[in-house]
Amino acid sequence: MNDPGLTGYLILAAFLFACGILCLATKSNAIGLLMGVELILNAANLNLVAAARYVPALKLDGQMFALMVIVLAAAEAAVALAIFLNFYNNRGTVDVDDAKDLKG
Amino acid sequence: MALSAALFYFLASIAAASAVGVVVTRNLVRSAVGLLFTLLSIAVLYFLLGAEFLGAVQLMVYVGGTMVLVIFGIMMTNTGPTGGERVKRIEWILGIGLAAGLFIALVAASLNLVKPAASAEALPGIQPIGLSFLGIAEPGQRSYLLPFEIVSVHLLVVLVAAAYLARGKRKAVKP
Repeated sequence: MNDPGLTGYLILAAFLFACGILCLATKSNAIGLLMGVELILNAANLNLVAAARYVPALKLDGQMFALMVIVLAAAEAAVALAIFLNFYNNRGTVDVDDAKDLKG
Repeated sequence: MALSAALFYFLASIAAASAVGVVVTRNLVRSAVGLLFTLLSIAVLYFLLGAEFLGAVQLMVYVGGTMVLVIFGIMMTNTGPTGGERVKRIEWILGIGLAAGLFIALVAASLNLVKPAASAEALPGIQPIGLSFLGIAEPGQRSYLLPFEIVSVHLLVVLVAAAYLARGKRKAVKP
């Protein structure tokens, strides 16, 4: 069995990214969309850490960027869930197709 | 080397299979469990790459924090076992076309990359990471003091805003 190298990690990350995009395209529940965003962010993070491991110039920078992405993803999840709870209190659903108050 | 390659293929197949599970199931709780397994196997992949600190942070923040938030969100906004999903066939076809196109483009791009020579050096551990966050960088390395401060203020503001947004409505109590 040969070593996957950087390419193996990049292909795995591309697959996770495609799954996240598909999740965003097909789910209509807002929390399902949030899970798709988490998949996409994790794919990007996997790319960053694999680059830190295999590219000598990025040893520290790749890990730093991945840490920043993790922190920002946690903040994004907190705000998104707060907005969804507020929407649920007003509408009794979290289906994004019902969020059309601003539609003209 | 063979053991780490076998571990990579094992973990990658778990991550990919549970990511597919997140997408195809219509039950939100099953989606959340699939996402949990994807995040766990990515954390173990970080350990395999030698980034122990990042693996631990991924376990604590993602698996322990964000997933709990998502599961609480599912419980508090539950609208039946299928989550009230009404997905049209055309959305599936368009989504699969878009995702497959992006996947093929990304794989083609990553196969065309110049392969860097695998370095035997280990990744920097906790100490260099913490020192460069504090701005005490060794010569030739960047200082991350400013991004660190921006991220910490951002996190504080965001959490205060989230607590304000998600608070329950209180009726005014009149004596």
